[in-house]
Amino acid sequence: MTVWDVPEDRLEAKLPDKKPRLNEAQALAEANRCLYCFDAPCIKACPTGIDIPTFIRKIATGNLAGSARVILDSNILGLSCARVCPTEVLCEGDCVYNELDSPPILIGKLQRIATEDAYDRGLQFFERGAPTGKRIAIIGGGPAGLACAHELARCGHESVIFEARDMPGGLNSTGVAPYKLQLPDAIREVNYILEIGGIELRTGVSVGTDISFEELEDQFDAVFVGVGLGPDTALDLPGRGLSGIVGAVEWIEQMKTRKGFALGDVDRVVVLGGGNTAIDVVREACGLGVTAVTMVYRRDEAAMSGYEHEWNHAKKEGARAEWFAQPVGYAGEHGRVTGVRCVRTRAAGGRHLQVVPDSEFVIPADRVVLAVGQSKLETLLSDVAGLTFAHGRLVADTANGQCSNPKYFAGGDVMNGAKEVVNAAAEGKVAARGIDAWLQGGA
Amino acid sequence: MVDLSVDFAGIKSPNPFWLASAPPANSGEQIMRAFDAGWGGAVWKTLGDPIINVTSRFGGIDYRGSKVIGFNNIELITDRPIDVNLKEIYEVKKRYPKHAVIASLMVETRQEWKDLIKKCIDAGADGLELNFGCPHGMCERGMGSAVGAEPKACEEITSWAVEYSSIPVIVKLTPNITDVNDPAEAAVRGGAHAVSLINTIKSIIGVDLVNAVPLPAVQGASTNGGYCGPAVRPIALHMVGQLGRNPAVNVPISGIGGVETWRDALEFIFLGASTVQVCTAVMHYGYRIVEDLIEGTENFMKEHGYETIDQMVGRAVPNYSEWGNLDLNYELIAKIDADKCIGCQLCHTACWDGAHQCIHLSDETRVPIIDEAECVGCNLCQIVCPVEGCISMVHVENGKPRVSWNEYQERLAKGEKIEVGKHTSQTAF
Ligand SMILES: Cc1cc2nc3c(=O)[nH]c(=O)nc-3n(C[C@H](O)[C@H](O)[C@H](O)COP(=O)(O)OP(=O)(O)OC[C@H]3O[C@@H](n4cnc5c(N)ncnc54)[C@H](O)[C@@H]3O)c2cc1C
Ligand SMILES: Cc1cc2nc3c(=O)[nH]c(=O)nc-3n(C[C@H](O)[C@H](O)[C@H](O)COP(=O)(O)O)c2cc1C
Ligand code: SF4
Ligand code: SF4
Ligand code: SF4
Repeated sequence: MTVWDVPEDRLEAKLPDKKPRLNEAQALAEANRCLYCFDAPCIKACPTGIDIPTFIRKIATGNLAGSARVILDSNILGLSCARVCPTEVLCEGDCVYNELDSPPILIGKLQRIATEDAYDRGLQFFERGAPTGKRIAIIGGGPAGLACAHELARCGHESVIFEARDMPGGLNSTGVAPYKLQLPDAIREVNYILEIGGIELRTGVSVGTDISFEELEDQFDAVFVGVGLGPDTALDLPGRGLSGIVGAVEWIEQMKTRKGFALGDVDRVVVLGGGNTAIDVVREACGLGVTAVTMVYRRDEAAMSGYEHEWNHAKKEGARAEWFAQPVGYAGEHGRVTGVRCVRTRAAGGRHLQVVPDSEFVIPADRVVLAVGQSKLETLLSDVAGLTFAHGRLVADTANGQCSNPKYFAGGDVMNGAKEVVNAAAEGKVAARGIDAWLQGGA
Repeated sequence: MVDLSVDFAGIKSPNPFWLASAPPANSGEQIMRAFDAGWGGAVWKTLGDPIINVTSRFGGIDYRGSKVIGFNNIELITDRPIDVNLKEIYEVKKRYPKHAVIASLMVETRQEWKDLIKKCIDAGADGLELNFGCPHGMCERGMGSAVGAEPKACEEITSWAVEYSSIPVIVKLTPNITDVNDPAEAAVRGGAHAVSLINTIKSIIGVDLVNAVPLPAVQGASTNGGYCGPAVRPIALHMVGQLGRNPAVNVPISGIGGVETWRDALEFIFLGASTVQVCTAVMHYGYRIVEDLIEGTENFMKEHGYETIDQMVGRAVPNYSEWGNLDLNYELIAKIDADKCIGCQLCHTACWDGAHQCIHLSDETRVPIIDEAECVGCNLCQIVCPVEGCISMVHVENGKPRVSWNEYQERLAKGEKIEVGKHTSQTAF
């Protein structure tokens, strides 16, 4: 079963895999290096709590199928997580080898070889639970929704995933950097997850527009909200209507998924923002051969929210940055953007910034990419009675994913405000267990 | 200045490192290359009625990414005609008069022993090694370990060889026996001038689970072979040590079994060997390893004030004692260096499940806590700790006088009351 045909001729295919799969000898050597720690700290650092020493030991003993089972039992998105997780700050960051000043175990790469082997051999490890007759609506076919649906199937519940896009996978398909994971593998994972059965995927259906929340409440026993975040936030600056100014997530989606999408005649890319999305765009532009790629951030290197290890890679790949620069407008000619007008900022105690008077300058650009955040989907959900929000995030109990309207459960970016795929996977699963417990409680 | 040369039962050698009788010592061309690389002597691949070998014939054990920690073979003695080997022995001795060339022999009848020994002496061999050790194939034909495992036969055939030989006779012993002292003493009774050990240990290296055939497979079937390499070293050390301290075995010993480094070689020497022989490590890495065997030994000798190999032979023998003579009141406990600890907690799980349940986890840090009153000083935590120098076994002055089990028994018999050992809680409930 193929849920969605991947278009050919995607721009992302030009970018190489920057963390290629280990060969078997490398995997064996690496697996044997793992100390098989007791109560291992790496496990605690994985949001899905994969039993890392156990899966690694199974690689070492030649039990690759068992290894994949251990991984996928905790995290059904183990294949994509192996490649997209920022392991430096998760599992690998807490490996005891760091204390020895030695390189940590390459947990992500080992996870990749085990899960890919299971996929290659078509191994499925889990079966649907005995049917309960309960049906759950899942809004959003991203990591959170998929993890929730799979766990619900294991509990014996049926689910229908409503996905607004015509392609499933959420940001795993449309957002993560191509040098980590590309669309075909994201879709392959969706197929694998759906193979358990009992999950109906309806793509091209936007809840709130094509079907109302009330209808869902009527037709289903519970509703899981995994809608992620909304479109890129724009900056309300003079010149915003010029062509050549794009949102980062939108641009990345086109690069990753649109047939025949091209970069165009672009030599100078300026990326506004200091987070991981900004760094991703910077690295993608460098990888696609853009000569001058500049990241503009209003504070300094130490203050940016993007990961240091990612920025270090970006620097090696040729990116530069304008620190302490704040955009105040766009320069343009004939309706096209030609640069970003900025002023200098300086630190003014704590997180405060001051604008330096008379410091305006222009950074030339023929493409400006806005990576200053994604909007929250609070308004979409405002029709639903009894939901609460904090800073635009849908509030839910982290122990079981339940919202203040008890029929609603949530997980992923919509609830946590924007973390990682692995967090969405963990929260989707927790919510499924929460739904199961709530339905069994008969309330 | 240190001097590595040895006189082994009258066989002179520039150093104590010899090739064991095996594929690395199969031909004159190889042995001359080995001498050029630095080997002091070589025991020629066993001569006898040429045999026919099977394929495959070897198997290796890899462990956690380390290749060949153990090695197994089902190869027999030389497959080259005796005359060719003898001609080459002559040639090698002519070109390398100062190196030791020992002819390893295995034949059946008294007459055959007599003829072959004469030919070897005529060819110029410095000594003979009687192969009473091969544990596969040849023993099925009543030779090799069939002789080594039967002290009477061992003594008798040794005495024939000694009778016909004008050069030193070494008897190579098999480990496939209950007590190695028996065949060794038999060899000495038969007049052997030296012994060498160990030959390989009977083994099956593994099983091909898909085809259900033991390994190494010879067209769908296999047989037991001989095990050697690093994994057998502790067994070989024990057997050499047994002979090293046996006053009835008052002949030089050539130590064999898993030698790869100068340290390994010195361990054999300290337990009583005066030469060591190497096979597997050369099959794995080539003759070149002898360079470090020599340099490492020289450096150790300089550092520790030894001038000759002889001064080191048997140095550890007086301290190789019976359990009953060990001090029951000597007390060690484990201590963790918190600065070095990386928090893997392997010491905890090892002690908890495999020792004395005295390493506890802490709520505040990942550094485990040792309950010193309960620690029995077994070493397990130190053995499993992945960090060098993190767990040390520290001596505790407990004020109790030395007493061994044997002394304890004697004094008990005299009605004395004495305190022995450490008292830890014997039950958790
Ligand atoms: C550019 C970028 C790069 C990233 N890189 C990484 C990375 O390398 N590693 C990592 O771990 N994380 C990365 N992340 C974060 C990660 O992608 C997200 O945390 C994760 O995808 C969140 O999963 P989710 O299921 O909550 O939301 P999403 O993945 O956003 O999925 C939500 C889905 O819901 C659908 N939807 C929305 N509204 C509706 C509606 N009304 N009706 C029906 N469907 C709807 C959307 O179309 C979407 O498919 C990145 C994020 C971005 C933006
Ligand atoms: C392939 C092979 C062939 C051997 N052939 C003989 C032999 O012909 N005669 C003999 O006395 N020992 C033979 N041995 C035993 C070795 O000489 C040696 O005693 C044994 O391998 C232990 O030493 P090691 O651990 O250094 O290999 C052979 C060993 C191997 C691996
Ligand atoms: S899922 Fe991610 S964080 Fe968890 S073990 Fe795998 S790579 Fe590490
Ligand atoms: S912390 Fe590192 S060494 Fe220990 S179990 Fe985890 S991966 Fe292995
Ligand atoms: S085994 Fe060593 S490093 Fe590991 S927790 Fe124990 S003392 Fe620390």
